[in-house]
Amino acid sequence: MTVASDVPAAREAAAREPGVAGPWAMAGRAFSAWLVNYRRTWRGSIYSSLLNPVLYLGAMGLGLGTLVDKHHAASLGGVGYLTFLAPGLLAAMAMQTAVGESMYPVYTAVKWQHTYQAAAATPLRPGDLFRGHLMFTTMRLIMNAVIFVAIMTAFGAVRSAWVLAAVPVAVLTGLAFAAPLDAFAVTQEKNDQAFNVIFRFGMIPLFLFSGTFFPITQLPGWIRPVAYVTPLWHGVALCRSLSLGTADVLGAVGHIAYLTAVAALGLYAGQRTYRRRLHV
Amino acid sequence: MAIRAASGGVRCPVLTAVIRSELSEAPGSVAGVPDPDVLIKATGLTKRFGEFTAVDGIDFELRRGEAFGFLGPNGAGKSSTMRMIGCVSPPTGGELTILGMNPVTQGPAIRARLGVVPQEDTLDAELTVRENLLIYGRYFGLRRPVIAERTARLLDFVQLSERADDHVEPLSGGMKRRLTIARSLINEPEILILDEPTTGLDPQARHVVWDRLFRLKQQGVTLILTTHYMDEAEQLCDRLVVMDGGRFAAEGSPRELIETYSSREVLELRFEIAEHELAAAKLAHAPAERIEVLADRVLLYVEDGDAALDDVRGLGLEPLTSLVRRSTLEDVFLRLTGRRLEDG
Repeated sequence: MTVASDVPAAREAAAREPGVAGPWAMAGRAFSAWLVNYRRTWRGSIYSSLLNPVLYLGAMGLGLGTLVDKHHAASLGGVGYLTFLAPGLLAAMAMQTAVGESMYPVYTAVKWQHTYQAAAATPLRPGDLFRGHLMFTTMRLIMNAVIFVAIMTAFGAVRSAWVLAAVPVAVLTGLAFAAPLDAFAVTQEKNDQAFNVIFRFGMIPLFLFSGTFFPITQLPGWIRPVAYVTPLWHGVALCRSLSLGTADVLGAVGHIAYLTAVAALGLYAGQRTYRRRLHV
Repeated sequence: MAIRAASGGVRCPVLTAVIRSELSEAPGSVAGVPDPDVLIKATGLTKRFGEFTAVDGIDFELRRGEAFGFLGPNGAGKSSTMRMIGCVSPPTGGELTILGMNPVTQGPAIRARLGVVPQEDTLDAELTVRENLLIYGRYFGLRRPVIAERTARLLDFVQLSERADDHVEPLSGGMKRRLTIARSLINEPEILILDEPTTGLDPQARHVVWDRLFRLKQQGVTLILTTHYMDEAEQLCDRLVVMDGGRFAAEGSPRELIETYSSREVLELRFEIAEHELAAAKLAHAPAERIEVLADRVLLYVEDGDAALDDVRGLGLEPLTSLVRRSTLEDVFLRLTGRRLEDG
């Protein structure tokens, strides 16, 4: 009987393919699925990762910056507008990347293509799918932040080697958006309208008013606390102080703690919202 | 290497699954389940969504090598039951043991040994056929060479080898369904769960799917499937439950169900519309086990259809058309679950 000769092979196979592993190894499997998907789209995404910083730094930093610098604006902290703007944009672009990789991709996976449901039938738990997606988002954030720092360096918009530390800060800023937004997006059952609301009334105001383009000291006093609460302001402030070489330990710890707390809260929420949606 | 070659030579994906399951059922690995051939045991299994009870305390056992069908109208609780068995829906009440494990606490370990063909296509349409299997194999933690070898074998099995590098999007419904079946076999599962495997397919595509499922059954794969197609249930299932309103209305082999809940033959009569009601009233006295008056036809459930037709003529009735046929599961199904459209 041929079956007998297959038994060692089958036993070997069983030992090699336990199916179940630790939480991060399982999340890694979900991550690798996103990578297979990304193989199709990575070229286009790299182009926009290169083009966006060049366009923004060129138009706002050089073009608008020339006008701004004529007024020797004291609130910029004695640096040129381009140098002021670039690290803020680094953080703001991380937010944009995070938004782009979270809301619609999650909604597509759970609502349009049901790929999350397909994955939920495997050993992966909903939390593994969530963390696997965050791993992919983290990868995209790292790629974009590295590209951005390289370009802003090429533009001569960097004052300190500490700008390298701004890369993980930008990534953390992105995760402070991606984790809560993933957690939220997976709960959307009927339609995608909420995403437009978040984009118009959340992301765009944050992008414009979180200190990226001008110091928030220019804002009326009563509205400043709103900016302090948003993760983006913390990301912008820390990236900027690192790029300018003016960061102090206490401030840095405060910003990192705040961003970590928001990301952790999102992580906690997502573990639950993913389970509730996928294990009904 | 010789061993590898031997295992590579096993054509059916399932044979190795059977071997593997025998290994994993070694003494001690199935604590709490006295009979290792009972793969699933449900007692008083219940699923509620808020006020609504989708599954209302069902009991069943699934044995190794069996093809077990859940038959029922839409909303009967079939899919909810499948989702509980698939460990993606925690039961609200009762007990459920799958492969000797608890689905609530050991979901990942159970799911590692299940194959699931969901009701809706859940393929990644933007990827190729091969990439879909790659991703799925990765979810099970399989190594790439293992996935590649199985992909070749499974695509051959579902007759999609030539489309391996095509995108999924343009594939026909039947091809997508077959791909989903191939995908569900990538981990060489011990139980294959199919939720309405041929709903929405055209007749040709359905027959191809049935043929593949029948082969799996022949290879000894344990199948659980839901369907509302009677021919599907008759072709594929050794044992059936008819589900209605979250409960089992009947249980048995297709033949047993027909014997218990229907007659050997059915005589279908059609009369002039004007005479329909009068004829129906007269037929109430005809010798039949059961008579069903539909809007357009009268059905007599009888032992001998031709004899019954003579009896009908003996009553002075001349139907426009008459048809004598054998009882089918459909008769059982309609008797047990009612004729919804007429009811509504």
